[in-house]
Amino acid sequence: MRSTATAVALLVAMAGLALAPVAGAASSSSTLNELENEVMCPVCGTLLGLAESPQAQSEKAFIRRLIAAGKTKEQIKDALVAEYGDEVLALPPRSGFDLSAYLVPVIAFAIAAVALAIGVLRWRRQSEPADGRAAAADGPSSEDAERLEADLARYDL
Amino acid sequence: MSARAPIAVFAVLAVLGLLSYGLLSKGSSGVALGEPAPDSPLPRLSGEGTGSLAEYRGKWVLVNFWASWCIPCKEEAPALQELQRRHGGERFTVLGIDSRDLTDDGRAFVRRYGLTYPQLRDGDGDGAHEYGTTGVPENFLVDPQGKVRLALAGPATEEYLQRYVVPLLPRESS
Repeated sequence: MRSTATAVALLVAMAGLALAPVAGAASSSSTLNELENEVMCPVCGTLLGLAESPQAQSEKAFIRRLIAAGKTKEQIKDALVAEYGDEVLALPPRSGFDLSAYLVPVIAFAIAAVALAIGVLRWRRQSEPADGRAAAADGPSSEDAERLEADLARYDL
Repeated sequence: MSARAPIAVFAVLAVLGLLSYGLLSKGSSGVALGEPAPDSPLPRLSGEGTGSLAEYRGKWVLVNFWASWCIPCKEEAPALQELQRRHGGERFTVLGIDSRDLTDDGRAFVRRYGLTYPQLRDGDGDGAHEYGTTGVPENFLVDPQGKVRLALAGPATEEYLQRYVVPLLPRESS
């Protein structure tokens, strides 16, 4: 019972850790540095912050103009999606089929954690004797003891 | 053991299915000479509705993928406009496709170079992907039946246009 509670607590903690990046992505302040790590350079196929191509420069200038115009991070991302499509987002949108990109890893992780917890519990049960007593260190059986004595006698110099 | 086997097989099949889907969804792209040119509708750069290569069936069309941030595109734009001025009409047109570009930047580019030929917008690059382009500029000459007759990965220089494109165009189209 105590083991089950520990396993559940562990599972909840790990699921929380898995969801933390998703929750963090929901903040909405807007600076170029932040946005550069959340949107892509569509031509380069890398994060905008890592790109120096002419297209990336054009995209950065566009973002700077929107920041100067007082747009929020979400408004800027929406404007980028309107220009370049969903692929401009480093993280897929949290709606429709793309939501599976967030849910599938969490669900898979939860299933794996539950399977692990069940496996550990079964393993612990199997390692205990059926009558519930701790396994006693009784030493060798009489047959083994006789064979041991005989072997020792053979090597007795 | 026997109860777990179907689950394992299902898991393996699911992973293989996902991998196959991923590979297939990338799709094959690109057009070969003689094959039909992709004609999916795209928004007009002007913002007025959509347009498509299919609208120009019966004409020779030089499909030009470009972007305002692309330096070679700036170099070829005057040659393309001159080609349009001389040969554009009932039998031929240049069709510009502004790819992976900002709308306002694309419109400014059209104004700056005085481009009078029709322009479509391919912001997400799907149109360019259908043609299998690897960058901008790229040019495809499409015949009146909608088949690709020439493909050029790079800027269409005046020399290239005069040597390879103009001889294929009908004379009465001037």
